[in-house]
Amino acid sequence: MTSPRSDAWEKVTGRARYAVDAVLPNMAHAAVVRSERAHAYLTGIDRAEAEAAPGVIAVVTAEDLGDLGRRFGHIVPDHAILAVDKVRYYGEPVAVVVAETPHQAADAAELVWVDYDDLPALTDAVTALASDVLIHEQSYVEPGQKFLDVAPAASTDNIAHRNELAWGDAEAALAAAATVVETTTTFPLVYGYAMETYNALADWQPGSLHVVSTAQHPLMVRRELARMFSLPLAAVRVEVPYIGGGYGSKSYTKLEPLAAAASWAAGRPVKVTTDVEAAMYTTRADGALVTVRTGFDADARICARDIDIRFDTGAYADNSPLVLTKSINRSFGPYRIPNLRVRGVAAYTNTSPASSYRGFGAPQAALAGELNMDMAADRLGIDPVELRRRNLLAPGDTIIDGKRPLDADLAADLDAIVFALDQHAFERDAAVQAGGDQHAADQHDAVDVGIRRGRAVAVTASDAGASPISTAQVRMHADGSVTLLVSSTEMGQGSRTALAQIAARELCVSIEAVAVGQSDTRFTPFEWTTGASRTTTVVGLAVQAACADLWDNLRVKAAESAGVPVDDVVVHGGRVHLAAEVSNTVSGLGAGGDVVGEHGTGLGAGAAGALGAGERGTGAADAAPVVKDSGSGLTPAEVIRQWFGADAGEVVGVGVVRRDGATAVLPPFWEIGAVGVEVSVDVATGEVTVEHLVTVGDVGHAVNPDLVKGQDLGAATQGLGIALWEEMVYDGEQLTNPNLVEYRVPRLRDTPRRITSVLAERGDGAGPYGAKGAGEGALNPVPAAVAAAVGRAVGVWPTELPLTPPRVWSLLQQAQQ
Amino acid sequence: MTAPAPTSTVVRCRINGRDVEMLVPVRLTVAELLRDRLGLTGTKVSCEMQVCGVCTVLVDGNPVSSCATLACDLDGTEVLTVEGLARGRNLHPVQEAFMDANALQCGFCTPGFIMMAVALLDAHPDADQAEVREWMDGNLCRCTGYAPIETAVTVAASRMDAQ
Repeated sequence: MTSPRSDAWEKVTGRARYAVDAVLPNMAHAAVVRSERAHAYLTGIDRAEAEAAPGVIAVVTAEDLGDLGRRFGHIVPDHAILAVDKVRYYGEPVAVVVAETPHQAADAAELVWVDYDDLPALTDAVTALASDVLIHEQSYVEPGQKFLDVAPAASTDNIAHRNELAWGDAEAALAAAATVVETTTTFPLVYGYAMETYNALADWQPGSLHVVSTAQHPLMVRRELARMFSLPLAAVRVEVPYIGGGYGSKSYTKLEPLAAAASWAAGRPVKVTTDVEAAMYTTRADGALVTVRTGFDADARICARDIDIRFDTGAYADNSPLVLTKSINRSFGPYRIPNLRVRGVAAYTNTSPASSYRGFGAPQAALAGELNMDMAADRLGIDPVELRRRNLLAPGDTIIDGKRPLDADLAADLDAIVFALDQHAFERDAAVQAGGDQHAADQHDAVDVGIRRGRAVAVTASDAGASPISTAQVRMHADGSVTLLVSSTEMGQGSRTALAQIAARELCVSIEAVAVGQSDTRFTPFEWTTGASRTTTVVGLAVQAACADLWDNLRVKAAESAGVPVDDVVVHGGRVHLAAEVSNTVSGLGAGGDVVGEHGTGLGAGAAGALGAGERGTGAADAAPVVKDSGSGLTPAEVIRQWFGADAGEVVGVGVVRRDGATAVLPPFWEIGAVGVEVSVDVATGEVTVEHLVTVGDVGHAVNPDLVKGQDLGAATQGLGIALWEEMVYDGEQLTNPNLVEYRVPRLRDTPRRITSVLAERGDGAGPYGAKGAGEGALNPVPAAVAAAVGRAVGVWPTELPLTPPRVWSLLQQAQQ
Repeated sequence: MTAPAPTSTVVRCRINGRDVEMLVPVRLTVAELLRDRLGLTGTKVSCEMQVCGVCTVLVDGNPVSSCATLACDLDGTEVLTVEGLARGRNLHPVQEAFMDANALQCGFCTPGFIMMAVALLDAHPDADQAEVREWMDGNLCRCTGYAPIETAVTVAASRMDAQ
């Protein structure tokens, strides 16, 4: 059920505290001196003038960092805090100036003079892969080094990572195919533009490091900082208040080492912020050149797919090796494919480093893969929806051998999309005719003369959820209210609300009785990441487990107070009973109950810690027995107060998720993307208008439907941005549009004229109550669907995004030839 | 010999109903004054080019980008920020509508949208959908896809009209 966001009041009153709002006593401010070359040796840095400038505390370069671990990178430790010996992209940090005020730091940064000895700049993947000039002269990979299942490439031939996936014999099957359709697409370099740009505040003191930053994954950042500064994990505190948008772009380590090194060098807490330009120099998404060849038999069934993915990964690997690996897994689509070969290369280039971004390799690959299905449908003379239906995997089918079987019904999702698209078209036509007004009909036709329409669907399946490692802690206080501790970061997705809902349901308390705080590695328990759409599913399971543990602990306490064996104490209806009390009134061991709205008053069965030895209920809302005698048993608050012998104390439950039980098989869930679009194209200008957007949130169970719909529309809108407007443009060495004037993101008046948001709740996920994740799914197929719809409208298939008016106008001219 | 140009100046204005008199550097922006000097961090900064609307505050009732307005130019004006909207525990109808319509996610753009909506509804209490779309087009949101924001402003308009 939909609960209002728990953070809404704070956010509408301006009281919500974001990382950028953080201050510490005696805090100094940093300004970063950035490279003005894309590829060059550093031959000298003259900082005397800057050091003498007003308010300057320190000017720090790589040579000052001494024995600090100077490089970071959780997969490939190739990234220096400050450039050492050479720079590899325009905008790379070369020095950092620490001063009393931001203005003084910025002024002094202008006085740091850097000398360069230029090298050829390799600003695209094709050039970099063909060049003898090396961006990294050495490999930073240690033998046996691995992150998840990704072993980084140990080469230095401008390849950050290489991977492949294959089964059957794709080459032979393609040779024997009745029809082979080939598609090549270029996915642009895009910038996540989280509106709160990257920032970090660091306070280094001997033996400890405290950081407040915009990190999505505070525990990952803690690990890297501990290694770099030779500190125990416990001595590094990473605190993440509200974040102003993430979308994957704030995954892993960004500015934190720079701020920490500046604090170490200056002996003060130091804050580093970025403007939009510096943020674009910090991280972008991988650009991609993807070629898909699909072979079909005479019945239009896929017999093979051969896919080549070439990423433009920029100057440092960051998370791109993992993004590439995921892109490979997500490239061929949720189809029956007897023979497959996917080869991927992530190329170093002299551009801003690429890393995670919402969708994580799926949008890049799906652009080619799903557009290819539309092109094939055209060639085969089959409706594109029918071609997909004929080849889609069914629930329970294997997508990749050894991974979780498909936990979704894509054919049903597709039906929902087609229904919505048809309904819109029908209503539009009916509206024109029903007018009965010849003038209106004429006008409609007249307007339509210059307009071409196209529609398309696209589907994707992503191995999401990341590594199922999560811990949660619930602390129940003497009044029965609860503090939930997790290290999930709240970046707008509403995780604090959704997780509080789960805890409230499991503990039979109202959502208002559950407080969820910010992540802070000093206090909140371990969390792998906040990404891959995992929180409701994976952290939700940890919260359920913590609640079950809490009920068990309450039973132990109640048994001790009553002087009876713990097996004689049962939990039912949100209350703790001596077994003898309820043996006559309760049937249905372990029945879960939907207690929402009942505020834990005993109506409905407790969802967790069911009768007996702690068997955990499913939480399903089926036939909950009613305990009529609400006077029997004790409330959890009464158990706590009785045990402590005072109106005081608390009882704690801890829940752990690892690769076991519901999450033994990876991925924790397949995240589905299923969308439809109808577009209109203005023939005179090439401008594309999205007439109708249909998203299907195939989420198993929506813990909070409003939040899921919010994720779907937000994700799809970012997909529309990539499809129609967003592109980082390099002209030579330099990014030409490092600002929001020239890097155009979707605006309010760009919103689709009609939006249909469908939730498919089939309870088929491994998460709480059958939930699966949302967040990325609705972005993944959107660029492909828009490209296909525009292709149908203009009569020529696009090969490159974004589909700006000039590009579409060119397609229209091609169509006339 | 002429005196060097002053690098600081005194500004007297009224911010959220409170009289403020401060010596400020002439280069200080309104956003810096609010956030760094007065602790009013509800006003956010993002694009720094007057295209995202995040930093919108009202100066004498008019919406301005506080990141691109100098603090010294506030002399003699009345400034309203998101912190000054509620009356005690009672939220402004626009704030309430944003909560009710689920018109926020990360919330970073929310203060700017709310201030722009307040400006719109002060100027056009009976704003229709086209006016809402035109006025709000100058604010960016990266999370929501805008539809709930448009709904919130429309709902606020109808509620304020009914009052």
